[in-house]
Amino acid sequence: MDTHGHGHDAGHGHGEPTSFWRKYVFSVDHKVIGIQYLITSFLFLLVGFGMMMLMRYQLAWPSPPDDFDPEKMSLVRSTIAKIFGDKMEYGFMRPDFYNQLGAMHGTIMIFLGVVPLGVAAFGNYVLPLQIGAPDMAFPRLNMMSYWVYLVGGIVMMSSYFAPDGFPQSGWTSYAPLSIVAPPGQTVWCIAMVIIITSSLLGSINFIVTTLNMRAKGMTLGRMPVFVWAQLVTAVLLLLAFPVLEAGALLQLLDRVAGTSFYIPKDMMYGSTVFPAAGGGNPILWQHLFWFLAHPEVYVLLLPAMGIVAEIIATNTRKPLFGYREIVGSMVLIGILSFVVWAHHMFLSGMRTSLANLFVTTTLTISVPSVAVLTCLLLSLRGGAIRFNTPMLFALAFLPMFGIGGLTGLPLGFAPTDLHLHDTYYVIGHFHYVVAPGSLAALMGATYYWYPKMFGRKMNETLGKIHFWMTIVPMNFIFFPMLFQGMWGMDRRLADPTLQWHNLPVQGWSVIMLFAACVLLLGQIPFLWNFFWSLRHGEIAGENPWNATTLEWACPSPPPHGNFVTPPEVHRGPYEYSVPGHKTDYWPQDEAA
Amino acid sequence: MSTQVAETSTGISHAKLGIWTFLASEIMLFGGLVSAYVILRSGSAHMAIPPREMMGVPLATFNTFALITSSVTMVLALAAIKVNDMKRFARFIGMTIGGGILFLCIKSYEYNHKWHEGITLSSNLFGSFYYTLTGLHVIHVIGGILLLLYILVTGLNGAYDAHNHERVEAAGLYWHFVDLVWVILFPILYLL
Ligand code: HEM
Ligand SMILES: [Cu+2]
Repeated sequence: MDTHGHGHDAGHGHGEPTSFWRKYVFSVDHKVIGIQYLITSFLFLLVGFGMMMLMRYQLAWPSPPDDFDPEKMSLVRSTIAKIFGDKMEYGFMRPDFYNQLGAMHGTIMIFLGVVPLGVAAFGNYVLPLQIGAPDMAFPRLNMMSYWVYLVGGIVMMSSYFAPDGFPQSGWTSYAPLSIVAPPGQTVWCIAMVIIITSSLLGSINFIVTTLNMRAKGMTLGRMPVFVWAQLVTAVLLLLAFPVLEAGALLQLLDRVAGTSFYIPKDMMYGSTVFPAAGGGNPILWQHLFWFLAHPEVYVLLLPAMGIVAEIIATNTRKPLFGYREIVGSMVLIGILSFVVWAHHMFLSGMRTSLANLFVTTTLTISVPSVAVLTCLLLSLRGGAIRFNTPMLFALAFLPMFGIGGLTGLPLGFAPTDLHLHDTYYVIGHFHYVVAPGSLAALMGATYYWYPKMFGRKMNETLGKIHFWMTIVPMNFIFFPMLFQGMWGMDRRLADPTLQWHNLPVQGWSVIMLFAACVLLLGQIPFLWNFFWSLRHGEIAGENPWNATTLEWACPSPPPHGNFVTPPEVHRGPYEYSVPGHKTDYWPQDEAA
Repeated sequence: MSTQVAETSTGISHAKLGIWTFLASEIMLFGGLVSAYVILRSGSAHMAIPPREMMGVPLATFNTFALITSSVTMVLALAAIKVNDMKRFARFIGMTIGGGILFLCIKSYEYNHKWHEGITLSSNLFGSFYYTLTGLHVIHVIGGILLLLYILVTGLNGAYDAHNHERVEAAGLYWHFVDLVWVILFPILYLL
């Protein structure tokens, strides 16, 4: 491991690589690596989305009706049946295949999609620029982190070829189910260890870069909110992920080496006793998993909050309301996120007094979350708002995250959670935060920083079409989940109609499928826009949005080494509409 | 690197800050495993602890001593490079590596012995934890030895001197950490 890179390796604007391979493939330039992450994570998001489309199709019509006639299948159904063979006979999904898709959807979206996009792609590209650094502190480590991530992702996908296919124990991989599961689960454990390694390399790099490579005058208190968000996120990844690594290691050993960390004494499996010494405890896995996975949900959220703060400040043309409160709240969220994990485990039989403790911490952590949201909302007041595509996404984030956070509260109270746990309500809750929340912010970020990355703006009309065709259908997918969940529909069922009490809310699933189709169509303008604008977009200068932060003080796209001359910072990040200044924005690096 | 130190915003070199952050994550890795051990040790009715004679405490004590000594020689090596004493530097780094290798030799003898006594990875919960925890530690020792070999070779080629020894310091921090992990594992696995 190379934690001790050379001083000269940090690329001070010289030593630009010339060969194609060093420049675009095995590059150590943070911008190239950022774009590699961007493209790869968007690809993984598409894969995860595709899996979900299949699942929603299954959920809309889970089993053949009484008058089902195989001769008269719809075109869609017969095509699906043809492609997936015995996994989807007559287009109805085999339950174990449903479980495989569910487990992979969650794993891909979280560990290979949203986190790499929010942290590694935009973090890598934007963070060094925003602090005025020529590159990351350890460029080679940075390159390694991308390739390790890619290998981890490929290994994860390769589990398809294991006997019985993908892992099928959910993204949470609860023991002991995950211990007795088919070999795909072993691949899951190995892939997770690889992905975690990549993330650790990345977080070390982000922390050292942020602390050590700030331009002259860039004090901590002048760092843009996005940089703060990335810093807190990196600390969360650094400290939470190793615990899951430990957990995954133990799960791997339970599966392949005959240990019994998670296997109770004399566990019955089928009609026999599972062949292991036993004595372990399945709940141990839940603790190790959620100790990571709760901070992980804030890893999904914090970069998005940072992005929204940047976009809002730029497009309201006024300083953020409560910069210090936002940053302070983010740090507080980071700290508190380590002491709430067991709110995912209220049903594991924990003592009431312990449950009460975690209820309290969970309610406490919503305070800083709401504080950030409130500050962002108040930042809009009295602004001369420019409704461009990035801003639309940023504005949508606010109410969507609001719904996500509010629906979290009933889950945080143990008594209400007893009813809601493991129902679609939970799925609705976290999708509100992650999809129209975080993911929307990340899409906004794509429009916002695209001109910096490629020197041209994306098309606004297509962008607006994309926006509406994303946010509206998402609400039609996720809001009904809240109803279904409160009604008692459990998650992870290939056929919820087998339970009669679910029948009254089954109709929603058809609407949700159609909404998902619209959502899919809505991504076409985005993809088209992304590639079309590379050549045909409106040329963007250095600073197309008239923004203040340092990434706009270098050419678009920035050359190797980023800044033509090392920038010097004279003021805070959001000096908009300062009375007496000649323009309505006052860049951080402009001499007074 | 002294030039680099002057350039960083905190005044701490990248290498040192990097190794500290890395060690923070390592603490969480071992922390997670040790907590799992402590929880099951106190909570499971089926964690049979082998009698102390079977664990071979004297040998393990000697091994602890070997590793601590190697930490001391590491400190001495750093002190030597700070006054440009290349000979002492090389000798002490060599002794540190020797300490690590001695530790590994004794450890493999111990593994062999225990395995034959019936304490295996899958024999019972204690065995599982014993081999997992010490095994992960052994991997770290091997990593440390490789790192120190790299320091020794680059050092002999004149990479470090009184003003330029950030990497030696970083490697030293890592080595002390590996030592510290063992100092925690030894009592909880052998003595308690
Ligand atoms: C701000 C207030 C929030 C509160 C009070 C809250 C509370 C909870 C609780 C108690 C659960 C467990 C429900 C159960 O399984 O019975 C839960 C699940 C979840 N939450 Fe939140 N949450 C909040 C915000 C967030 C955010 C910001 C994210 C992500 C960006 C998030 C993502 C998730 C995920 C992914 C799960 C479900 C994991 C699973 O079981 O598969 N939550 N939330
Ligand atoms: Cu949580």
